[in-house]
Amino acid sequence: MLNQMTEKKIMIITGTRKGIGRYLAEYYIKKSYFVIGCSRGETDLVDENYKHYCLDIADENQVKVLFRDLQKDFGRLDVLINNAGVASMNHSLLTPISTVKKILDTNVVGNFLFSRESAKIMKKNNFGRIVNFVTFAIPFKLEGEAIYAASKAAVATLTEILSREYAPFNITVNAVAPPAVQTDLIRGVADDKMDKLLNRQSIHRYGTPKEVCAVIDFLIQPENEMINGQIIYMGGV
Amino acid sequence: MTTKKEIIGIIFNSIEEINQQNDTHIVKDINTKLFGGNSELDSLGLVNLIVSIEEAINNGYNVSISIADEKAMSQKHSPFRSVDTLADYIVKLLNEK
Repeated sequence: MLNQMTEKKIMIITGTRKGIGRYLAEYYIKKSYFVIGCSRGETDLVDENYKHYCLDIADENQVKVLFRDLQKDFGRLDVLINNAGVASMNHSLLTPISTVKKILDTNVVGNFLFSRESAKIMKKNNFGRIVNFVTFAIPFKLEGEAIYAASKAAVATLTEILSREYAPFNITVNAVAPPAVQTDLIRGVADDKMDKLLNRQSIHRYGTPKEVCAVIDFLIQPENEMINGQIIYMGGV
Repeated sequence: MTTKKEIIGIIFNSIEEINQQNDTHIVKDINTKLFGGNSELDSLGLVNLIVSIEEAINNGYNVSISIADEKAMSQKHSPFRSVDTLADYIVKLLNEK
């Protein structure tokens, strides 16, 4: 097994091709994790402590290949960061059902699949940390983000219930709701809409991936096993 | 063709693993009840047992099966009633692959 040589902690991050996911992958590689990342497309991230999978996170067969390899190569998993997500800003009356299915598949099914398969491995070592991503679109009840916010509300409930199901295995499940961060996820949103959003946060500025990492660092610390089933909204939402 | 005897062996190994982890005394017998009022396994114990058996089968036969799928859950007579019925069910699943 590879881990017998590295003795590194093993982390899976979904959605590592760009944005916050890419930042997380590079950040945790520097923090001496072995990172397994995935996205629908190829990545240009090359590192001896990184392995990439091109897959659809809602495809059970593809996801099981990743976990079968993980089991064979390392036999353990310490952290899962369910970062991958898609959004589509549109009034619900103009939202095609294909978009609805794509968002629910990626954001909910993908999250569930990775959480389930990760917990199976984590429970064998009686340790695990799962961090999900939700959104301020939930408490803001953001018009134009009905399906995105609904999918992330599902992730919020998954966080709370899985935290209880996995607690006997010393696996914590928490979620972070990043503030507005300038990535592709909000690229299509008009400037005036973004300004209104920033004004609704108590901290009226964009956040950075580094600030999001600070929260994730806190949640995944082994010492923080009493932090479980929590959703941390950043930006003073 | 997978034999029922092989699968019963895997189930017994998983029972042994669960007994060691949880300090239980589930008997390794084909008539041992896995589900229902007379079972020594609680709901979490059954979850742990099924996960352990799935992993052993996936690794041993290089397949990917889900024992607790819609088919199993919707059956009139649950395949999880006993070691014997579970072994029959798993053999059927593997031979369908």
